[in-house]
Amino acid sequence: MDFSLTDEQAMLRESVEQFVSKAYTFEKREKYSALQHGFAPENWQQFAELGWLALPFTEDDGGFDGSPIETMLLMQEFGKGLVVEPYVASIILAGGALKRSTNNQLKQRLLPSILDGSAQAAFAFAEAVAGYNLADISTTATKDSGGYRITGDKVVVLNGAAADWLLVSARTSGDRRDADGISLFCVPASVDGLTRRGYPTVDGMHAAEVSFADVAVSAENLVVAEGAALPLIQAVIDDATLAVSAEAVGIMEMLNSRTVEYTKTREQFGVPLSSFQALQHRMVDMFTDFEMTRSLLLMAAIKAAESSTDAARAIAALKYQIGTAGRKLGQEAVQLHGGMGVTDELDVAHYFKRLTTIDTLFGNADYQLARFTEQ
Amino acid sequence: MNVSFSEQELAFQREVRDFFETEYPQDILAKARRGIEMQREDFVRGQKALYQKSWAGVNWPVEYGGTGWTATQKYIFYNEMARAKALMIIPFGLSMVGPVIYTYGNDEQKQRFLPDILSSEVWWCQGYSEPGAGSDLASLKTRAEREGDEYVVNGTKTWTTLAQHSDWMFFLARTNTDVSRRQEGISFMLVDMKSPGITVTPIITIDGDPEVNQVFFDNVRIPVANRIGEEGKGWSYAKMLLTHERTNIADVARSKVRLAGLKKQVADGAALANTEGFKRKLAETEIELLALEYTELRTLASVSVGQAPGPESSILKIKGTEMQQSIDTLYMELAGYHALPSVREQFDVGFDGERIGAGDSTFSALRYFNFRKASIYGGSNEIQKNIIAKAVLGV
Repeated sequence: MDFSLTDEQAMLRESVEQFVSKAYTFEKREKYSALQHGFAPENWQQFAELGWLALPFTEDDGGFDGSPIETMLLMQEFGKGLVVEPYVASIILAGGALKRSTNNQLKQRLLPSILDGSAQAAFAFAEAVAGYNLADISTTATKDSGGYRITGDKVVVLNGAAADWLLVSARTSGDRRDADGISLFCVPASVDGLTRRGYPTVDGMHAAEVSFADVAVSAENLVVAEGAALPLIQAVIDDATLAVSAEAVGIMEMLNSRTVEYTKTREQFGVPLSSFQALQHRMVDMFTDFEMTRSLLLMAAIKAAESSTDAARAIAALKYQIGTAGRKLGQEAVQLHGGMGVTDELDVAHYFKRLTTIDTLFGNADYQLARFTEQ
Repeated sequence: MNVSFSEQELAFQREVRDFFETEYPQDILAKARRGIEMQREDFVRGQKALYQKSWAGVNWPVEYGGTGWTATQKYIFYNEMARAKALMIIPFGLSMVGPVIYTYGNDEQKQRFLPDILSSEVWWCQGYSEPGAGSDLASLKTRAEREGDEYVVNGTKTWTTLAQHSDWMFFLARTNTDVSRRQEGISFMLVDMKSPGITVTPIITIDGDPEVNQVFFDNVRIPVANRIGEEGKGWSYAKMLLTHERTNIADVARSKVRLAGLKKQVADGAALANTEGFKRKLAETEIELLALEYTELRTLASVSVGQAPGPESSILKIKGTEMQQSIDTLYMELAGYHALPSVREQFDVGFDGERIGAGDSTFSALRYFNFRKASIYGGSNEIQKNIIAKAVLGV
């Protein structure tokens, strides 16, 4: 039992922390968010130079062999800085699917450009009526003279508009919610029949609705064997769930310190707000919830790093906690900031919006509790 | 970072498990399985068995006969102990006054008291609360006036758990009333419960049990040699003890075992356990308990590298007791109608009739009522929040 970081892990955390606290002020973040695709390409290049894009890939794939612990450390700091660059979309989701691909040719063609930042990808898995059920896929891929034709609509594809490549799940056989018969294709965004409507999301990041109208792809675009993609998709979503949960813990830490700071300086009735016991106890509850959430994050990251059999269950527990305790903490932070908490001017509202977004991503608290109970 | 056990730790786990399965008094475990209420003698024998194995001083330094275990070993020990349904270690001697004596006592006091605490030969109780001093402990009024080599003590202590079974009491008394801060002028003392002038009166608690008492001091004479540390500095010693107390109160290991019992009832198909509402509450409780367990592990790990338990111990106290109470509530809900009979006598050791209700279902409400105390004792959970507020807000 050991909760300490290795020297390399401590250095990684320090370098991300340095970047976030020095170069990534809230004002700059707002500028990046307002750019065409909701992030700054020069930041992406810097991430590549710092090795962060290659972090969770094996050395064979040109990466740094980072475990879920390293991803956790990076994402916690990204959370503190409200980083808008599409790390989860391109690296954890799309990159995570590619690194698990059994199609070596595809991996060799794509991964170098994703790891060096020259290309970006997105993971088009969600559908309008599927809820959080990854097997509920109406998009179809029908066999056609050596290839496939994909038809269907994918919703809220994170980084969908900026991505050069899209990984899309489609049903090649079976009924709508069958676990078998789901395939995963990697297609260039420029392919005929693919249309995208990009938009900002409530958290200041960007996504897109992506439609496939009889899009022709070859069998070379299959990420794994036809019909057998669901376990891979689930594994990728588990990784991403852990990553955004770590981000959420970073956000919760910031919301707590902002709230404590604010109540110590804001005076009403001639005294600082922090002198009121009713508010003190609420901040203590926030702090306690943060510590409990941090404990679940460590548990889930360690279990994932150890490839423990109950890692997925631990991640579900963590994400449930983010969706319940995290939601409460965010609401309390806004409430204790009074009117200032609902202004666009303070970063508090932006932390709150990202935290709220994270609850929805990859399954909310109810969904996670059901997963936790089933496993 | 890792949470897996090394080969050595796994071997230690086997050793501890083996101890509870063979050397520990098996008749006590059998009684525990049948839900029979334990007597003082059971606790004494259980602790003496630990002492024989040199495992009584779990948190004590080796030089005073402690185990010198690592954080992981302590974690393993407590989990195995809970798993075996062995009796909890009564905290007043081994977890409370012992550490105060070896930390602040003089050599003579260490030699005189520590061996009997370690061997559970002498049974202790805690004299902190008073009728007018609960959460506001520093307002205590028990007076100890110096007369030569003695103190003359007058006052009343209350909520004194197991005083009726105790040989000695450690307590706080005011030795100086002329102080600028109320926390000053309080001394930490030890008294033989057989001393003339001490009267113990039981207080019957909500579940009908004489678990706690009032203890009256009427001109009780105590040798000055029974004072620990400096006169008037007792508050700081008491605070150190309270930090230990809070960490122990959480008792996460036992909550885990009790939660597993609830899950078993779901698996066994118990009607009241297999509703959507119950299963949801159970899953929520399990997740919170996992969070608490890892918070405790983090605290253990930081203590093992020399950091004192700080406000985390207050988090453990709050969440640990909330968990115990949540689990008690679920057990009571599962018992359904059989939570209602008030038939405590059927859990007495001599009872040989047929029990009403399955297992210890008729004990579930009694336990639920009794454990409302958990969020009140050891510094109420509201006081813990004040402590955390200080640490968090820095005010």
